[in-house]
Amino acid sequence: MFETLSHTALQHYWWILVSLLGAILVFLLFVQGGQSLIYQIGKTADSRKLILNTVGSKWEFTFTTLVTFGGAFFASFPLFYSTSFSGAYWVWFIILFAFVVQAVSYEFRSKPENFLGTKTFDAFLFVNGLLGTILLGAAVSTFFTGSNFTIDSQRHSEWTMATRGLEAALNIQNLSLGLAVFFLSRVLAILYFFNTISNEEVITSSRKHLLYNAAPFVVFFLMFVGFLIFSEGFAVDPVTGNVSMEPYKYLHNLIQMPLVAVLFLAGVVLVLAGIIMPVLSFDKWRDKAIWMAGVGTVLTVFSLFLVAGFNNTAFYPSVADLQSSLTIANSSSSHYTLTAMSYVSLFIPFVLAYIVFAWRAINNKKADVKDLENEHVY
Amino acid sequence: MTNFDPALVDWSRAQFALTAIYHWFFVPLTLGLSFIVAFMESIYVKTGNEEWKRITKFWMTLFGINFAIGVATGIILEFEFGTNWSNYSWFVGDIFGAPLAVEGIMAFFIESTFVAVMFIGWNKVSKKFHLASTWLTAIGANLSALWILVANSWMQYPVGVHFNPDTARNEMSNFWEVLFSPVAINKFLHTVSSGYVLAAVFVIGISSWFLLKNRQIRLAKMSMVVAAVFGLVMSVFIILTGDHSAKLMAKYQPMKFAAMENVYEGQSKAPLVVIGLFQGKNETTGKEEFAAKLEIQNFLSSMAFMDANAFVPGIKDIIEGNAEHNIMPTSERIAKGKLAMDALKGYGEAKKTNDTEKMAQSAKVLEENYRHLGYGSLSAPTDIIPPVKLTFYSFRTMVFLGFWFVLLFVLALIYLMKNKIDHKKWFLRAALISIPLAYLATQLGWVVTEVGRQPWVIQDLMSVATGVSHINTGSVITTFFIFLVVFTVLLIAEVKIMVKQIGLGFKDGGNE
Ligand code: HDD
Ligand code: HEM
Ligand code: HEM
Repeated sequence: MFETLSHTALQHYWWILVSLLGAILVFLLFVQGGQSLIYQIGKTADSRKLILNTVGSKWEFTFTTLVTFGGAFFASFPLFYSTSFSGAYWVWFIILFAFVVQAVSYEFRSKPENFLGTKTFDAFLFVNGLLGTILLGAAVSTFFTGSNFTIDSQRHSEWTMATRGLEAALNIQNLSLGLAVFFLSRVLAILYFFNTISNEEVITSSRKHLLYNAAPFVVFFLMFVGFLIFSEGFAVDPVTGNVSMEPYKYLHNLIQMPLVAVLFLAGVVLVLAGIIMPVLSFDKWRDKAIWMAGVGTVLTVFSLFLVAGFNNTAFYPSVADLQSSLTIANSSSSHYTLTAMSYVSLFIPFVLAYIVFAWRAINNKKADVKDLENEHVY
Repeated sequence: MTNFDPALVDWSRAQFALTAIYHWFFVPLTLGLSFIVAFMESIYVKTGNEEWKRITKFWMTLFGINFAIGVATGIILEFEFGTNWSNYSWFVGDIFGAPLAVEGIMAFFIESTFVAVMFIGWNKVSKKFHLASTWLTAIGANLSALWILVANSWMQYPVGVHFNPDTARNEMSNFWEVLFSPVAINKFLHTVSSGYVLAAVFVIGISSWFLLKNRQIRLAKMSMVVAAVFGLVMSVFIILTGDHSAKLMAKYQPMKFAAMENVYEGQSKAPLVVIGLFQGKNETTGKEEFAAKLEIQNFLSSMAFMDANAFVPGIKDIIEGNAEHNIMPTSERIAKGKLAMDALKGYGEAKKTNDTEKMAQSAKVLEENYRHLGYGSLSAPTDIIPPVKLTFYSFRTMVFLGFWFVLLFVLALIYLMKNKIDHKKWFLRAALISIPLAYLATQLGWVVTEVGRQPWVIQDLMSVATGVSHINTGSVITTFFIFLVVFTVLLIAEVKIMVKQIGLGFKDGGNE
């Protein structure tokens, strides 16, 4: 079945899959958002536990999605994997450290004799919520702003900046996407609390914080979109493979791929509606808002990835040497590997199905403080 | 290839070794304890005996503590191939990336979905659903091991690929050959069974502690029975698969084998050195001399090749060549490796100028000498000798411990059956001390595997120095120390929490 597809078609298929994983990952960052809010929304030890328990039962998914995203990128676009991870060494390591300390914190924070104390583990969770989101956002933004590397004929890469990727955080466009992701993750977390927590104190406080986080999110997101639409982009000549700068490239991509533009706009509208509806009519929308904003997030991020990689665009551009820029065509695995991996991808719907099934089974009612007594608590 | 700081290679290796060793502190217990807990819960569901539920919950709590930190250390390894071994990652991304991705899709999600049900589902889902989740967690954990070990086996014995000069990399030509390579199957079986043995020793050791303290005798003994049966079966299996590992090594990685057995001059009817004490290196030949040794005549030949007359090549034969046994001198392989490297370069240049004749010619030379490609980056034939003493001692300690564990499980079963175990204080103490020994055995197994294959990151095709990312050494040193501190702190936290939870004993849930 897949072996009859052309190499180009398989590359596109895998770019779609990687984009989808990235999009789902951004949605799942609501776990990180929740972690960054524990002390702001949770005023008592119990309400903090309640918050951590609701996001805590989901942290594994975010984490595993990140891991799978990395693995899928390695398998399908190995030249990106080898260039970006070794080049932007420090950015990736800081992201990774932020996730390492997260993984143990849930399990360890409230156990007796935990050596570092609950406060330290909570600080780890906060650090993960802050750096994990901002740096991942900034890293994705370099798909549009470019990085500093060169690649030789043997495909060995060299990074030309001693700051090893940290320079990306100094670019306003990257920073605005990073901050947008950070505030979005908090907005999503709040909407998720609406959906899963019945405790009044937590909900009242969450409603207050919704606007505090939604406003900066909208500002930073619009800033990023503004940069994106008006900036030059990295265009690839499909025949020669030559990379050149094209004014309004990303705007052109949206216009030339109307379906992607529709997905993008629909995504943005859904996210905004997910924020506004519960403000207007809380009881009616409290359960549904997270799904609207969640689907909206997935669509928006998904379409941004497609804008970065499709329509003869270099998705990992080099500003140090334009011709070293990576495209989905020049950085991918072989036809054979992509074919084999495509068969594996057929398992994805099955994976999604059992995840939904298991989530339903354990999330059948809203959580309150009294549940903390007879359950596994973090 | 540009020249760069040799310290970079060493620090990158040190960092990889550090993080892999830390990951491997937690993985084997996850692999084995997940099954032991599943057995216990099955007994509970079958008998309805609440005691078994308490037992299950107690061990499950320990499982959860260990699991979290296992996950935390794993994510680093996955990305480290990109951060620190980027040239390697491109060279093999086609083969190596695939198992990592499959692992994410097929294994990690099963694990992380059902581990959540396992921990928070006791009061939310039916007994049967909960039991199924526990089993699925165990299966997911063991599938995680499968894919990464397939990847590791491929580095030891690269099959199922062809080299594409256009992209300067290996491309997969047969997925099944990669998955079902004999090395991969055996490595998977030996490694997961080492996790089962470790977990069984862990359960027996901790139960012994309860007996020594005269606490919760019944529940401790019940736990012991499950662990001893499982452990006995698996410790026999580990010896069988271990023996097979050595046979495969003799066949596919003769230099590792020669180092592990310290065979310098090859011979037929080679004796097996059961125990040996090194004296030092002979300055002129480089041979590691024994000060004392205990040997069994002909045994190495028969063990490795199932023929007492078989020739076991030594380090010297592999370096200098041995025409009689058809072994090419390493200097010749280096020359051929250089031919392959030049041909690869030539191919690239010819392609630029569209010189099809030269391209075809270079491709031919490359193909003929491809098996030796990695040798092209070596400077001297002796570069291919791995550290002999470390592999030799590590191997012997692992094997010795393997036999000790069989004995441990046999004794545990006998004493349990005769109902005498409470009085065998020496045995209970020995069982407790065996916990660290099991960790030692599994780590040493990896030392044999990984140190023994130096200087290759992919056997014969790519040396460690060629695979490394070009980062400034200072950055790698910094991340090395950050890892050292972070992981050590987390390890201390985990051990303290674990000890505390064990001290709390078998009560409901184990949480306070
Ligand atoms: C509890 C742990 C444990 C025990 C008791 C043993 N092993 Fe082991 N061994 C491992 C844990 C391990 C391991 C950590 O799982 C390794 C590392 C890589 C691998 O494949 O398994 C390993 C590797 C390994 C290798 C290297 C394979 C390679 O380089 O590809 C050999 C030859 C053996 N083992 C042989 C044995 C024998 C003959 C044993 C007989 C008693 C034995 N092992 C017991
Ligand atoms: C160097 C190669 C390795 C890499 C890149 C790697 C990667 C990972 C990653 C990313 C995780 C976290 C998964 C999650 O999100 O849940 C993980 C966990 C795990 N890995 Fe590894 N791993 C390596 C070696 C191994 C080996 C050799 C084994 C077993 C033989 C193994 C078995 C496991 C298991 C069972 C888990 C589950 C959690 C736990 O450890 O307790 N890994 N690994
Ligand atoms: C989890 C158990 C493992 C342990 C304890 C372990 C141990 C080690 C050690 C000690 C080294 C350093 C060797 C030296 O340079 O002296 C090393 C290197 C390395 N190992 Fe492993 N290893 C493990 C699993 C794996 C797996 C599963 C893979 C691949 C999938 C792997 C890939 C590598 C690589 C790429 C290096 C760096 C290159 C080198 O120095 O040889 N390791 N490992």
